[in-house]
Amino acid sequence: MDFQLLVDIFPQVLLDGLILGFMYALIALGYTMVYGVLEFINFAHSEIFIVGAFAGVEILLGLKGAGWLDGLPWPLVLLLLLLAGMAVSGLLAVTVERIAYRPLRSAPRLIPLISAIGVSFFLQDLIRLVESIWRNAFNLVYPTLDALNLRFELTETIDVSVKSIVVIVAALGMLWVLHLLVNRTKIGTAIRAVAEDQAAASLMGIDVNRIISLTFFIGGVMGGAAGVLFGVQYGLINPYSGFIPGLKAFTAAVLGGIGNIPGAMLGGIVLGLLEAFAASYLSLLTGGAFGAEYKDIFAFSVLILILIFRPKGLLGEIVRERA
Amino acid sequence: MIRATLAVGVVALSTWAVAVFPRSILVFLLFQGSLLWVYLARIPRWLRATLLAAALLVLMPLIGSFNGYYLEVATQVGIFVALALGLNIVVGLAGLLDLGYVAFFAVGAYSWAIFGSPQANQIFGGGFPLAPGWFYVFLGVGLCVGAATGVLLGLPVLRLRGDYLAIVTLGFGEVIRVLANNLDKPINFTNGPKGITPIARPPVPFGLPYSEAFYFLVLLIVCVVVLVNRRLEDSHIGRAWEAIREDELAAQAMGVPLVRSKLLAFACGASFAGVMGVVFSAKQIFINPESFTFLESIGVLAMVILGGMGSIPGAVVGATVVTVLNLQVLKGFSLWLNELKNAGVTVFGMSLADLPTQLEPAKYERMIFGMILVLMMIFRPQGILPARRRARELGKP
Repeated sequence: MDFQLLVDIFPQVLLDGLILGFMYALIALGYTMVYGVLEFINFAHSEIFIVGAFAGVEILLGLKGAGWLDGLPWPLVLLLLLLAGMAVSGLLAVTVERIAYRPLRSAPRLIPLISAIGVSFFLQDLIRLVESIWRNAFNLVYPTLDALNLRFELTETIDVSVKSIVVIVAALGMLWVLHLLVNRTKIGTAIRAVAEDQAAASLMGIDVNRIISLTFFIGGVMGGAAGVLFGVQYGLINPYSGFIPGLKAFTAAVLGGIGNIPGAMLGGIVLGLLEAFAASYLSLLTGGAFGAEYKDIFAFSVLILILIFRPKGLLGEIVRERA
Repeated sequence: MIRATLAVGVVALSTWAVAVFPRSILVFLLFQGSLLWVYLARIPRWLRATLLAAALLVLMPLIGSFNGYYLEVATQVGIFVALALGLNIVVGLAGLLDLGYVAFFAVGAYSWAIFGSPQANQIFGGGFPLAPGWFYVFLGVGLCVGAATGVLLGLPVLRLRGDYLAIVTLGFGEVIRVLANNLDKPINFTNGPKGITPIARPPVPFGLPYSEAFYFLVLLIVCVVVLVNRRLEDSHIGRAWEAIREDELAAQAMGVPLVRSKLLAFACGASFAGVMGVVFSAKQIFINPESFTFLESIGVLAMVILGGMGSIPGAVVGATVVTVLNLQVLKGFSLWLNELKNAGVTVFGMSLADLPTQLEPAKYERMIFGMILVLMMIFRPQGILPARRRARELGKP
């Protein structure tokens, strides 16, 4: 085995893992916030995430079609994409909650979960339908922004592209804003109160329905931003490509302790790193017998192991059994 | 008396209609509808049984001789009925949401596919495929392998709460699919994404054509599965399952062994899928991992939910409706739209020929499944044909 090679690629893998990890963290926040408030897995969050990517690509293609893409400075374009993705995903999340989850709030807990799975499938084909009619294509490619593709070499084996830095900076910024929102504002206090005890919160004069909608909105906004960053980073998107990242982000949320916001961030980064290392080292360590194609299995095995041995996750509090 | 005459008349009429218009999808749907009507109509029991038996044993193969595709559809329906009934035990009776059910189907299918084709030579050297007669032995093997996989999955995860269990079973289903996709190296077990072919078909008695033989085989298995389901439902175990579904803590307090009962539910459900997997691989001659995706698991779940969780006739009707919707209605609509497009028909001043080419209505099965799941959960969580116990419980104001 080429030990030197393992060492040489280490920083590059670390960087890739971090990018993936921040993406997972942003998506995982949507799962974890909703779970914290409603104790419910919002299965459709993976589609809310990918809708953000589609909103971004539509803006980009629109700008390109109008011939403005090269005229505008790239940070402005990126900001526009992020805002579009966040708005569309946030509103979609609120709509979904209103239509498919709210009528089922008092039902046994599997009922809203099944409804959420239905929403997830429905949205996948709805995106496909809309894009097929609108563009006659549903596998879309993000037009490249030249400035974002600039790479500079740190050493011989490591290079960093502008877009990976952008992804990390944007993700960090979003996480920081969310942290402030939840911990320093009145709205954040209300969200935490509803998560703690809905009945008591409503007695304190908090409009529980509004707070729940707001939680979905914030989760959707984070997911939409992640969607745009996903598109910018990886380029190719289709209506079904949100599913696996969504599932992994859920794994990340469970890994960090579901319902726990710093936990989701930590879980996302840990899972991203684990996956990047599994993808590049598995093949080297097993002499090519098992390769990167097993990285999905790796993530799911992590999920199963955590649930069995430490169901409350890395930072989680003990989850109560609801009778 | 009037009802009885009417029932006989409806079945006869719809069969005749299929014979006259062997290409019309609507007429075939009418035939299926008439069977459902017979099942629900208030007619003497013996008449209902005779009519249904005659329709399934005589009329359906007869229709198949007019249009072979219908027999294929009926066989597919049968396969999915068995799957839905299996999942019905896990989801409907025991209340464990299993999102990776198709994994058990895959395990059954691959067990015969590997040994019933030259594929096994890659593992053991030579001497394969096995003689076609082994197929009947493998029905039993599929059952055992399915059940064993169910127990294997169940042991570590059954202590989890409902929603976590759902996600873990989903992950398990994906793991099986990824394994099937990638276990072509270091040792070639599954031949990867290329799939396995040719898979041996069983020897058939009386020189029946294969399509008819598979139809009768599937029908026989479905009958056995229905029988087993009915016996289970009212048995000691079945009532334990329902107790667990309603309230785990109370059930445990009443002395229901939780883990053992849940394992049994997983194993029972999985064993049906295993058997059907063996039949499926022999029927298709060719299988690859694409037949065992998450979409299939959700499809089977949609069947159970549509019919009514825990209800046997519900699972049968749900499986029929969803399969027919998928195989016939969506495809038929696609073909029809294409014909209109080619004919240059205009609707509301817009020429249909201008419709985007990527718009293929046949591809929107996810939308159908999704709509079924959401609408049923919101408006009728007990399903079309609710289980009696469940209906009473959910029906109260």
